[in-house]
Amino acid sequence: MSTGAGRLDLPGTPIFDGDTSRRGLRMNKLFMSLRDAANRERFLADEAAYCQEFGLTAEQQQAVLARDWQAMIDLGGSIFYVYKLAMMDGRSMQYLGGVFTGMGEDDFLAAMRAGGRRDG
Amino acid sequence: MAEVIWGLATSHVPSIGAAMDRGKTDDPNWKALFDGYAPARAWLAEHQPDVAIVVYNDHANGIDLDFIPTFGLGTAERYEVADEGFGRRPVPDVLGHPELSFHLVESLVDEGFDLTVFQELAVDHGFTVPLSVWTPDPGDAWPCPVIPLLVNVIQYPQPTAARCYALGQALGRAIRSYPDDLTVGVLGTGGMSHQLAGTRAGFINPDFDHMWMESIETDPARLAALSREELIRQAGSEGIELIMWLIMRGAMHDQVTKVHSDYFVPASNTAAGIALFDNTPPAG
Repeated sequence: MSTGAGRLDLPGTPIFDGDTSRRGLRMNKLFMSLRDAANRERFLADEAAYCQEFGLTAEQQQAVLARDWQAMIDLGGSIFYVYKLAMMDGRSMQYLGGVFTGMGEDDFLAAMRAGGRRDG
Repeated sequence: MAEVIWGLATSHVPSIGAAMDRGKTDDPNWKALFDGYAPARAWLAEHQPDVAIVVYNDHANGIDLDFIPTFGLGTAERYEVADEGFGRRPVPDVLGHPELSFHLVESLVDEGFDLTVFQELAVDHGFTVPLSVWTPDPGDAWPCPVIPLLVNVIQYPQPTAARCYALGQALGRAIRSYPDDLTVGVLGTGGMSHQLAGTRAGFINPDFDHMWMESIETDPARLAALSREELIRQAGSEGIELIMWLIMRGAMHDQVTKVHSDYFVPASNTAAGIALFDNTPPAG
């Protein structure tokens, strides 16, 4: 049976399904570990080594090191987990919204304050 | 017997808690939302239950992706407030009610809802923000013991809206079959329309939200009939959290009396709703 059976296809809407979760598990576990202050220190001291310790793929490691938020989502990141890295960097969910939409943080924030986006 | 005396639906956006914790509730971006809470808070202060049940989802704080229970229930005597990576919220830990919890587990399992049982669980903003919406100044303790009922809304497939409504109905029966006289408040948390990732991030659908707000009172079965795909299409990928409102609503009578409702855009990236229902059926 295809693991893609029953998958939702909603344009512009990442679905965190079983395939995605399996692909992103190690990366998401790394993000989860960042709740702990000692882990944040270890991560920041040598990000590549920390990624290797968690068994990230080369692509995932590159996405994390480059703070390529879209790539992290594409490579199996759950937004709730990815956000833990963003918080550590002092980034807001509005900042991420600006990245994902290509609008930039200020325009994204302005759109939210105007009542949110209707398109897509 | 125990009885549900009220149901409260409310969003659980982390920044609502942060605005309260940092004294920003009168800031221009927040004042309307908190003003909108005031009538519900005033009514709730006059209708304190003996126990509350909070239907919520964890956000990678109490549980990881190692285990993903579709439904779970806390049976602990105390639930620690989680540190989500930026220090724990300055709110009290939550005292539980193990006796009622175990009764609910037994009743719900007997009805075919095979819940995961949590004897230890750190609760995150999904749980504490609704408590703060209800009780802004708890002091050293929340007003009563609180039981967590967890729902997976993060990883597909989430439980269907119909299953959540049915769970709520079974929860109502389970509460009513508890031998001690207890009054119970039920909170259904999360939503309304929002999406955090993808090019559709920032999506808000006020038409759908207003339909939901109306129907949760008068016609919850209509909402329970919505498919998972339709919910994500209409409310956004995180708007699917609204299924947790149906568990609250299912635990109440078919007819309820609305005490107060309000709707705000945005609270952070989210459309935020509050709806409070008295479980005393309307007269006549």
